[in-house]
Amino acid sequence: MDYRHKTIMDLRSCLDEGKVTAEELFETAKDLAKQYQEQDNSFVSICDKFKMKQSQSLLSGIPYGLKDNISTSGILTTASSNILKDYIPVYDATVYQKLKQSGAVLVGKTTLDELAMGGTGTTAHTGIVKNPWDSARMIGGSSAGSAASVARGVVPFAIGTDTGDSIRKPASFGGVVGFKPTYGRVSRYGLFAFASSLDHVGCLTRNVLDAAIVTDVIKGYDPLDMTSLKDDGKEYHKMVNNSIKGRKLFYIKEACDLDNYQDQDDSELIETLKQFHEVLDKLRGIGFEIEGISFDKDLLNAIYPAYMTISCAEATSNNANLTGIQFGPRGEGNSIEEIMFDARSKGFSELIKRRFILGSYILQKENQERLFLNACRVRRLIVDKVNELFKKYDGLIMPASGGIAPLFGTKSDQLSDRYLLLENHLAIGNFGGFPSITVPAFFVDAMPVGINITGRIMEDDVVLMMAQAMENILKCKNMVAGDKIV
Amino acid sequence: MYKVVIGLEVHCELKTKTKNFSNSLNTYSTVPNEHVATVDMGLPGILPVPNKEAVRKALKTAMALNCQNPDEVIFDRKNYFYPDLPKGYQITQVTKPCGINGYLDIFVGEEEKRIFIHQLHLEEDTASLEHYNNYSLIDYNRSGIPLMEIVTEPCITSSDEAISFLEALRNVFLYCQVSDARSDKGQMRCDVNISLMKPDDDKLGTKVEMKNINAFTSVRAAIDYEIKRQTEILDQGGKVKQETRRIDEDGKTYPMREKVDAIDYKYFIEPNIPPVKLSKEYLDSIRQEIPVLEFERIKNYQQDYGLSFYDASVLAKDKGIADYFEAVIKEGAKPIESVANWVMTVVLGTLNKLDITLEEFFITPKMLAGVLKLINEDKISLNHGKKIIYQAIKEKKDPIDIIKENNIEQIKDDQIILQHVKDALEENPLQVDQYIKEGKDYVKNFFVGKVMQKTNRQADPVLTLDLIVKELEKRKDNERK
Repeated sequence: MDYRHKTIMDLRSCLDEGKVTAEELFETAKDLAKQYQEQDNSFVSICDKFKMKQSQSLLSGIPYGLKDNISTSGILTTASSNILKDYIPVYDATVYQKLKQSGAVLVGKTTLDELAMGGTGTTAHTGIVKNPWDSARMIGGSSAGSAASVARGVVPFAIGTDTGDSIRKPASFGGVVGFKPTYGRVSRYGLFAFASSLDHVGCLTRNVLDAAIVTDVIKGYDPLDMTSLKDDGKEYHKMVNNSIKGRKLFYIKEACDLDNYQDQDDSELIETLKQFHEVLDKLRGIGFEIEGISFDKDLLNAIYPAYMTISCAEATSNNANLTGIQFGPRGEGNSIEEIMFDARSKGFSELIKRRFILGSYILQKENQERLFLNACRVRRLIVDKVNELFKKYDGLIMPASGGIAPLFGTKSDQLSDRYLLLENHLAIGNFGGFPSITVPAFFVDAMPVGINITGRIMEDDVVLMMAQAMENILKCKNMVAGDKIV
Repeated sequence: MYKVVIGLEVHCELKTKTKNFSNSLNTYSTVPNEHVATVDMGLPGILPVPNKEAVRKALKTAMALNCQNPDEVIFDRKNYFYPDLPKGYQITQVTKPCGINGYLDIFVGEEEKRIFIHQLHLEEDTASLEHYNNYSLIDYNRSGIPLMEIVTEPCITSSDEAISFLEALRNVFLYCQVSDARSDKGQMRCDVNISLMKPDDDKLGTKVEMKNINAFTSVRAAIDYEIKRQTEILDQGGKVKQETRRIDEDGKTYPMREKVDAIDYKYFIEPNIPPVKLSKEYLDSIRQEIPVLEFERIKNYQQDYGLSFYDASVLAKDKGIADYFEAVIKEGAKPIESVANWVMTVVLGTLNKLDITLEEFFITPKMLAGVLKLINEDKISLNHGKKIIYQAIKEKKDPIDIIKENNIEQIKDDQIILQHVKDALEENPLQVDQYIKEGKDYVKNFFVGKVMQKTNRQADPVLTLDLIVKELEKRKDNERK
């Protein structure tokens, strides 16, 4: 049996027909996880023992990976940070609880950028995560291990979290599907908070139907999360094949029109945009109406700074519990201040400390109005603008990134148009809590690139349908790293 | 002489079943870390879910303090590092407190005074720390208990006013049943801000803050000591330092830390609790639960019932007693002065003597009103009434039943009494002679006693005396003839 290429539904059939047992699937996944651990570094912990609860769910007996910033009682949960390197939670996150109940089998806890901050997959306390398609390249982050393990074929799905693009960007770099449902669709209880108003739980899979199946299991109202939504009572996996005829999509001209980049010597970007437009034409061919619209470029340029401002501010406060007093390595010193100071100095990497200092600065009384509250206003303006467009259009379609996974050691020019317009627009989905999905679409230089569709709030079903229609006409379904590119 | 300016910040733990943002019990416990949920420990991934009852009680208190309520409930984070604050921030209210711009009318002695309330907000209590020689322990029982903070304007001018306000405020909590407000359990704590200024100055003097004072007597001591201390400094031309001081057991205050600059708590809106709109219906339903408060009752008892300030204050001090008093009146007992007297002496006296609560007190307002009615109608004597009430308490029996069973209603029938009078005169010719021949007037009291003996003390004493005198006079006349 070619386990690595199997979809959840394939595995379901195999299990139901008795061709394989859940324990055998777990052993296979575990062996693969161990086999590729040195190469990819996808996992912080790999589970030793097969454990599952019998259930009627489609996920019963299906192996999966869980991002290591999701609380699992009795299982090490580090958030890939030194300050939590020995932390064993005493309670289960709601999403983990739901997966357990469904009979899904945990294979391991996946590596992330420390405390889910950063988009490179290079800042975990256990080392960098490599792209299974090319080990010289990043997989992106912060759900680095989740993306890499699914792209490698170790597990058919993994749970990730997404505060700016942390599911959807690595999905693009890894040639897999990454879905972040509407804010509140999946409970955040037990997710180690990065920026509470932007944090989402979602999944990475190798096809759209699988994303729908997983979302059906993990979604739902949770009395422990006041921001969670009432259940919509829908079964997304039964709706993905609904017709998309007449659905309207828009893309942002300032970011996607080739004319805007004429003077730039960035062949990767040009190739990405060319292929993106080719896909748009194909989509028109199957009944989508797609138009380029002009967004306010100042607003577009403000996405990244607004995101950084809000997320750093919230992160500073959210991580103030990491002092080494209640848990974590105890610092040294002669006063309580010194002890906490020492624990935090040793426990966090430079990047994290930088963000905390930024966040603290942003929240200071004298800066709060100018920085934090203005960023919140920018966020509101962007969301209002997108909601206005969503009155006419069913969704926003964009390349998930301006190109392929970067090589290690490369630094992006954070003031370039490509960076500001194409590498950070996914945060729109977090600003507004919109459902947003990345689907692998094409290859540039033998590396995958995804296309993202973001839809109206609450319309997770519509977004999945449109993504399914797109997947149907592309040749990137169920890919595993190393597959021959068609 | 200097003008004293005092502002108070009062913390009050709310009485709720569970904590403010978690489902662990809000119960006073001496066993450390008995009531602790993951949320109270600030473990990674936890989320707060506000306690509806706590919000309701904070809004209710705000209304009782004549505050404006917000249009929606939101919370803010107050960020600072301290080992008793497990999340590294406290969830509180800054942007939209449960109440702003209120006031509480109080009596200072018999003088009325209005204390202005700057704001009332809902927050969570911290854990408590126990310090030992070379280590400290954290007890999370208190972590997350709903805490209400009430901040007055700097409008208090003496320790008398401060204590009167605190007592009145505690009574608001008790009347509204939002807290047990026991300062010995730390359920009511107080920060005092105090400064002195010259009477003709328009700028407030330098503020000294004293934190976390539990007992009201300590509040008084701290204020009085500070007034004395700051007066001495100013008299000598010195400057009062802006600082935080603590009060020691010797009643003196000592410096704790200098306040160089106010700490920046980096407040921002708690993102995990979406705003909840407050409907008019909801607010009205809370308003309806607020009883007539102590201040108003004291005034009403004086105006409507003609009671003295003292009596009115004693009766209104406890809502249960005040309600009881009003209920007895409602049952038709008269006169009101006597009802007040009975409630203050018999009811309060018994509660104190037996150390029981009003709920445990057997005599209902209806029972008491029944007995008072019989007294008022002269059917039983005052002393008898009291004896019967005490007997009823002892035997847990309806006093009216006792009266009926023992047939101790007063005998008012003059034919019956007359027969007893005649019998008594017949049986005691010596005393009759003393009256008739020697003019010994006091003999009539001897006969009252005799009649009382014969009637088991039920004969109406006034009527009895009247009949005795008549009979004796009749015999005197006959003698002369």
